[in-house]
Amino acid sequence: MSKTATLTDTPLPTDSEFEGAPATPVRGYWQSVLVRLSRDWVTLAFGVVVLFIICCAIFAPLIAPFDPYSQSIIGRLKPFGWRNHPWGTDELGRDLMSRLIYGGRISLVMGLAPVLVATIVGGTLGVVGGFAGKIANTAIMRTMDVFYAFPSILLAVAISGAMGGGITNGIISLSLVFIPAMCRVAETATAQIKNLDYIEAARASGAGTLAIVRHHVLGNVLGPVFIYASSLVSVSILLASGLSFLGLGVQPPEPDWGLMLSTLRQSIYVDPLGCAMPGIAIFITSICFNLVSDGVRAAMDVRE
Amino acid sequence: MSTTLAAQPYVDARDRGGAAQPMLIVRALQRHFRVKGAGKGAVVRAVDGVSFTLFKGETLGIVGESGCGKSTLARLLLHLIVPDSGELVFDGEAVAAPRGITVAALRRQVQMVFQDSYASLNPRMPIQDSVAFGPMMNGQSRPQARRAAQDILVKVGLRPDLFGPRYPHELSGGQKQRVNIARALAMGPRMVILDEAVSALDKSVEAQVLNLLRALKRTLNLTYLFISHDLNVVRYISDRVLVMYLGQVVELGPAAGLFTTPRHPYTRALLASRLSMDATRRIDTPPLIGDPPSPINPPSGCRFRTRCAHAEAVCADHMPTLGAWEDRTSHVAACHMADATSGHSLAGTA
Repeated sequence: MSKTATLTDTPLPTDSEFEGAPATPVRGYWQSVLVRLSRDWVTLAFGVVVLFIICCAIFAPLIAPFDPYSQSIIGRLKPFGWRNHPWGTDELGRDLMSRLIYGGRISLVMGLAPVLVATIVGGTLGVVGGFAGKIANTAIMRTMDVFYAFPSILLAVAISGAMGGGITNGIISLSLVFIPAMCRVAETATAQIKNLDYIEAARASGAGTLAIVRHHVLGNVLGPVFIYASSLVSVSILLASGLSFLGLGVQPPEPDWGLMLSTLRQSIYVDPLGCAMPGIAIFITSICFNLVSDGVRAAMDVRE
Repeated sequence: MSTTLAAQPYVDARDRGGAAQPMLIVRALQRHFRVKGAGKGAVVRAVDGVSFTLFKGETLGIVGESGCGKSTLARLLLHLIVPDSGELVFDGEAVAAPRGITVAALRRQVQMVFQDSYASLNPRMPIQDSVAFGPMMNGQSRPQARRAAQDILVKVGLRPDLFGPRYPHELSGGQKQRVNIARALAMGPRMVILDEAVSALDKSVEAQVLNLLRALKRTLNLTYLFISHDLNVVRYISDRVLVMYLGQVVELGPAAGLFTTPRHPYTRALLASRLSMDATRRIDTPPLIGDPPSPINPPSGCRFRTRCAHAEAVCADHMPTLGAWEDRTSHVAACHMADATSGHSLAGTA
């Protein structure tokens, strides 16, 4: 033991390897996320596209070349460039470009609103279920399991059918479809970190449950929740179009990408390109959302 | 080795009973965990009637095999796990009792350093914020807490301007563990529980951190409860040592006496299990064979009898008790051989 006792004389570590290294500014977590995001050009580029799509939807009346509702019996299913219609016309002779621009309004709302509601409601339920203890967890998660018994499209149809058509009811039914899955994602992430030592250390330092959730749990749960939410945006747009197709979501003649896709589908041999346009719009929107959210998730990971 | 025993008189504004009053008295502390699938009413006797006294300014080492209840005991002391029964008295005040000290107040004076230095830091929080979190939760403003965190980072040998903004993954194991120590110290505790705090570190880094702990203890007037399975480390840092086996205390005494003349056969076996660097003293057969019995269904009488070379009928019939201890020099063992009146054929020899 006398050998180890001499260790007392060794000087305390000073980390001289870093002597003279420049001091880095102290940044909070979210600040550092923004800094990392600002260096990610790919994400920023796709973010600009997303912004462009959103702006098109907002300023649709200023941008659209024609009235999206005005029909023409002679100008049906015309090709690109016909009589100044840049992308031709649809099966009722309405300007396709104008309808796509206006359709972005409803499609974006149908894509984002249910996901937002589900993220807030399902995420909260999941964190509560993961953190609050056994009884609350069982109550919440078993209730969610009931929803899992139904295929998602069937559930959306059933709820919309019971409540009637329309955009608001569509949003509500889609939210209900997404909440259980979102809840599960948040619950799993919370349960994973719940028993880690830093939570226990925080408790030992006198922090209450709310403070622990706010400072130590949310930042670590948001990542997986975020990435899952972004993947739901495109699913939501497509499910909404499915509801519209069944007459339960958006009602004609409202322009909606999903609805346009299903009505133009009959004309696929006459005007394949025009028929593909709403699909292309959905594809571009969803892929941009996915890439942006992937970038944000990467920026939220401190190791990147 | 026992320099801290003769340390300067203990001074702290929060001190109540003076140096003679123990920092912490633990009486018959018990915690059983229910287990599923092991029969109805089956429990793991993780901590089963543990009693000891921690004096002010000392370092009490706790040793024992994996699963003997060391970590559960540490968490019980902070009420991170609530005890089933038993009593905790912190500086003369009963913990979580009417007219006693509240758990919140206890946690302001007793802090803990965990074994897994990575899991005990929030990966998404700069370490300076991790250290400042405790003070902030206790009413300090953010700039105040930040300044306190920077001061304490200096004390553990980390430059706050360099390391403060970093995230845990950017630090080495030893640095992370120093951050954990800083986090515990930021609360200004009087007592620190070190739960295997150096066990996961390289030997060289371990020595650094041990020396840091000793230096901090001197400058900050701390009392340590040092939990480890490494006997050499415990001997190096402890004034007194407590040996645990299957949730119970089997031996308690001053480090020097316990390591030179162990009284309990389990302690003797533990000490004999240390690997020797001396080629002539190498042993072929391990002194302890097999795993400890299940804490769900421990043996009757003495829990060590199933692995003890001296087990007799009396060991199966009666559970040996630790006996009475008075002060920091008492050396007691829960063994029938240590009790002259037990009826064991070797009674009174240990």
